[in-house]
Amino acid sequence: MTVFEDLLRRMLWLPPPNSTFAIPVDRLHFFVIIVTMIASVITGLLAFVFLFKYRQRSRTQSTPVVVPSVKFEIVVIGVPLFFFLLWFVQGYKDYVWYANPPENAMDVYVMAKKWMWKFSYGADGPNAISTLHVPANRPVRLLMTSRDVIHSFFVPDFRIKQDVVPGRYTETWFEATKPGRYQIFCSQYCGTWHSQMWGEVVVMDGPEFDKWLVEQRQGLLGSRVDSGGDDGPAFHGSIVEYGKQVAMAQGCVKCHSLDGEPHIGPTWLDLYGKTETLEDGSTVVADEAYLTDSMIDPRAKIVKGFKPVMPTYKGRLAAPDAAALVEFIKALRTPGLEAVPSKEAIYEPVKPAQPSQRR
Amino acid sequence: MSQSNQLSQASDDKPVYPAVNYLNADRGVWSWLTTVDHKRIAIMYLVSVLIAFLLGGIFALALRVELLTPGPTIMGANTYNRMFTLHGVVMIFLFMIPAIPGVFGNFCLPLMLGAKDVAFPKLNLLSLYLYWTGATIALGGMIMGGTDTGWTFYAPYSTTTPMTVFPLLLGVFILGFSSILTGLNFIVTIHTLRAPGMGWMRLQLFVWAIYATSIIQVLATPVIGLTVMLVGIEKVGHFGFFDPARGGDPVLMQHMFWFYSHPAVYIMVLPGFGVISDVIAAFARKNVFGYKAVAYSSLGIAFVGFFAWGHHMFVSGQSPVDDGAFAAISMLVGVFTAIKVFNWVATLYRGAVVVGAPLVYICGFLFFTVFGGMTGIAVATVSLDVHWHDTYFVIAHFHFIMVGAVIMAFLAGLHYWFPKMFGRMYHEGWAMVSACLIVLGFMATFIPQFLMGNAGLPRRYYIYPEKYQSLNVASTAGASLLAFGFIIIAIYLIYALARGEIAGANPWRSEGVEWMTTSPPDKHNFHETPVITRDPHSYQQPGEEVEHVVI
Amino acid sequence: MSSSDGHAHNPHLAHHFDTIEKQDYAVRLGMWLFLGTEVLLFGGLFLGYTVYRHFYHEAFHEASRHLDLWAGVTNTIVLITSSLTVALAYYEIKRDNAKRAAALLIFTILCALVFLVIKSIEYTHKFQEGALPGAHYHYAEVTAPGANLYYTVYFLATGLHAIHVIVGMSLLIWVLARLLKGHFSSSYYVPLELGGLYWHLVDLVWIFLFPLLYLI
Repeated sequence: MTVFEDLLRRMLWLPPPNSTFAIPVDRLHFFVIIVTMIASVITGLLAFVFLFKYRQRSRTQSTPVVVPSVKFEIVVIGVPLFFFLLWFVQGYKDYVWYANPPENAMDVYVMAKKWMWKFSYGADGPNAISTLHVPANRPVRLLMTSRDVIHSFFVPDFRIKQDVVPGRYTETWFEATKPGRYQIFCSQYCGTWHSQMWGEVVVMDGPEFDKWLVEQRQGLLGSRVDSGGDDGPAFHGSIVEYGKQVAMAQGCVKCHSLDGEPHIGPTWLDLYGKTETLEDGSTVVADEAYLTDSMIDPRAKIVKGFKPVMPTYKGRLAAPDAAALVEFIKALRTPGLEAVPSKEAIYEPVKPAQPSQRR
Repeated sequence: MSQSNQLSQASDDKPVYPAVNYLNADRGVWSWLTTVDHKRIAIMYLVSVLIAFLLGGIFALALRVELLTPGPTIMGANTYNRMFTLHGVVMIFLFMIPAIPGVFGNFCLPLMLGAKDVAFPKLNLLSLYLYWTGATIALGGMIMGGTDTGWTFYAPYSTTTPMTVFPLLLGVFILGFSSILTGLNFIVTIHTLRAPGMGWMRLQLFVWAIYATSIIQVLATPVIGLTVMLVGIEKVGHFGFFDPARGGDPVLMQHMFWFYSHPAVYIMVLPGFGVISDVIAAFARKNVFGYKAVAYSSLGIAFVGFFAWGHHMFVSGQSPVDDGAFAAISMLVGVFTAIKVFNWVATLYRGAVVVGAPLVYICGFLFFTVFGGMTGIAVATVSLDVHWHDTYFVIAHFHFIMVGAVIMAFLAGLHYWFPKMFGRMYHEGWAMVSACLIVLGFMATFIPQFLMGNAGLPRRYYIYPEKYQSLNVASTAGASLLAFGFIIIAIYLIYALARGEIAGANPWRSEGVEWMTTSPPDKHNFHETPVITRDPHSYQQPGEEVEHVVI
Repeated sequence: MSSSDGHAHNPHLAHHFDTIEKQDYAVRLGMWLFLGTEVLLFGGLFLGYTVYRHFYHEAFHEASRHLDLWAGVTNTIVLITSSLTVALAYYEIKRDNAKRAAALLIFTILCALVFLVIKSIEYTHKFQEGALPGAHYHYAEVTAPGANLYYTVYFLATGLHAIHVIVGMSLLIWVLARLLKGHFSSSYYVPLELGGLYWHLVDLVWIFLFPLLYLI
């Protein structure tokens, strides 16, 4: 089976399937393309054969009126509909699986700008330009935003792609299956050097990656390239530090305390990962999505006991700032308290933010 | 009765070229520029869209040459970006959208209805002038520095690029007006100017296709007009409508854009389907199999096409529920198209097929439509689209439908109606040669692009990794074959205009109503208003015992 | 040529139509289709309004308080009245009362003028206050994020509507001129009818714009 699949892959010029998502995508791909080829060749050939078989014999030759039987009509409508729906159902099933990142995924923030990719590994983690280091066989979630125009994050080897939109967050995820280096393309046209907006995913063995991460945190912390970019608000140091600056500048802390005391809004201490009860009695886990949503549309999900007084920050809060805020909130944790719901978090809980060295 | 009597007379006599016809009834450039005759307007459209096609084709060839090597080849990155924008805008707005409705719709629709003209002849001329104005402004923008946004004009790139975008947007806006007025005119014409005896079920299938197309033109085009104006205002006046920095939503722009531009692909392809239905009946000398199904499926595509736009946005961040709904609806378009394809093939079955160049195009068309259509279903399959979106796979799919289906249909129609328009025949041998060249050249151009997409090469790439070079070279080689085929067509058709054999009223012995008058027709189309007494595409002799076959 | 097939020849009948009834039907159908395209044109702006109202609910609510409600109400009354008078003009011409029809049309055109004058006064105010679209926004009283987009939508929608008022008014002036020349009577009044139809559309769009922008 895999030999056959590899042969097809070679014939169709598909890159090897290097993520967990690539395998179901390729299988459906083969099914769809083979049926398509058979159907189009049969149609073309049939028309061609009819050209010769039913050539006009004399100028006065008359032709019969051919009418479809009910059976014929059912076949004509039913067969394509059957195949199309089958593909739709299978494709949608795979897609829904892909659209929902696993809870234990490691988060990496991605910022796109003309014409480069920047990656940062949450609080205290390293930042990098163009090269994304990830562990093999562990899910990695990318939280992405753009500083200028729409870009699109595309890794052919993983069969994943997601637009990166300014002013909002999009996410995608993958689980690489084999260590190696894989090309990142920008696939949404973004200007002069769109075709050079490349990057690389470096997939490492799990232990090797852990070692790399520790090294990055220790040795390269001071000299790393920050993810702020050259045309954005300059900051040197960790993203958490920057998030704190944003919280001060935007006045978040006027309503949200950092010490556990409820004020006008819920406190930020230990907020991340907490299960909050909403006004209507339902509950929500304060994850990245909830936190960012609450900045953009604060009144959609009001925590019980609080008044809907927070204004929206959509348009006021640049996307990278929102990211930094989330990271800042995530870092606010009572020492010793494990508030993260999933025990499987594959990266270490964030250590208290250390003042980073300035360059 | 009158239908076949007139026909048999016309086909038995020695071919005559009517001394006075619409081409020479009035003379001088001014008589052309001020004409309200739908046939003359059609000829002016023909010349205009062919110039646009030539321009767009030159841009395409330049792009293909640039892509021969992975690095810079003959132009800079910005020139390349302007070039693909122009290729897209010129081909879509100046060629594909007006081509078949503007040329064959204008020429044949009133003839097929047995009418003297379209309902609003002056409005028809205004459409043409708007087309010229829009084209001039859009191409004028090229001289003023050019636009590098791609034909999709996605914000916020289009609103922040340093290049000139406004003239192109204004041009597209005006072209939209032209398209709306043409569609409006055709709908009213079909409703009000049918000859006596011509009920809705006696319309030729080309008329049905134009009717469905016109509905889309009227209902979808205002939205693109508004969208491009909003983008233009944003670019010039910074109103913030699509600008995330001011709270606007760039994804809203994509929704509004595709609300038009998805139906717009049916504006381009449905008239082509109509041409195929008519030509296949004339060359198989047989009733179109499943007339009603073909007619209604055009309307079905037009209707369903309005609700499928979101399948262009699977990776834009829209919710998975939307993705699922748009994907499911897209499948229905596939079913309607499949019905048409089955019916065309079944029309050839037990026909009395006359082999000619138009039929070669039809064979190519059938293969390309099935392959292009089903790869369309493939890219509407959400999980697969994640990989294919914005790669050459989508480009190849789109060109299979737009070139493989529509241009084959356009060429089939051009050869089929050439004698109707000009009263002369083209050279059959050269026509066959170039038809084969074009079908083969087309496959050589675009099949490698499917593979490039599979391999992951994104579209609109000026520089690409070396591993894609072999496929790019193959594609460029195919494109030159394609260009060669078009040059041959241009030569023999221009020759035929002057020296071609006299065709006579009905060289194909077609049963279409448009052939019931002289070729080229009289200024007022018919000497006597035709009376329709039988179903369209009926190839039985009057009084003949009709054999009914059920399959 | 076989253009006249024996029926009474009407000077308004084009050669490619058989009867004047058919021609009138065609012209009306064309107008209705055109009005359909106009609805879709404005539909795009209404969509934008809906989306941004959803995003910036508070700002939109707050900003709408700062429009001049009385100017809006007056304009609504003016436009509804003008719709009535144009309909009455149609009623009168069908009864061959050309003079009354002309008077009613003149009144309609005046209403259009009044509308434009009031609108331009409103615009001037907004310009002075700095309640301008997008990047030009510097209105001190509403600072909620998204307020600039409210004024973007406000100016785009009312601006596009005002263009339609001007076009509609010009149409009606042309119709009036022909009416005064005596072109219309109970046997031929289609241009007046179409002008009226267009004017109703202009009115109808405002009926939607007014509550959306001023009231809620």
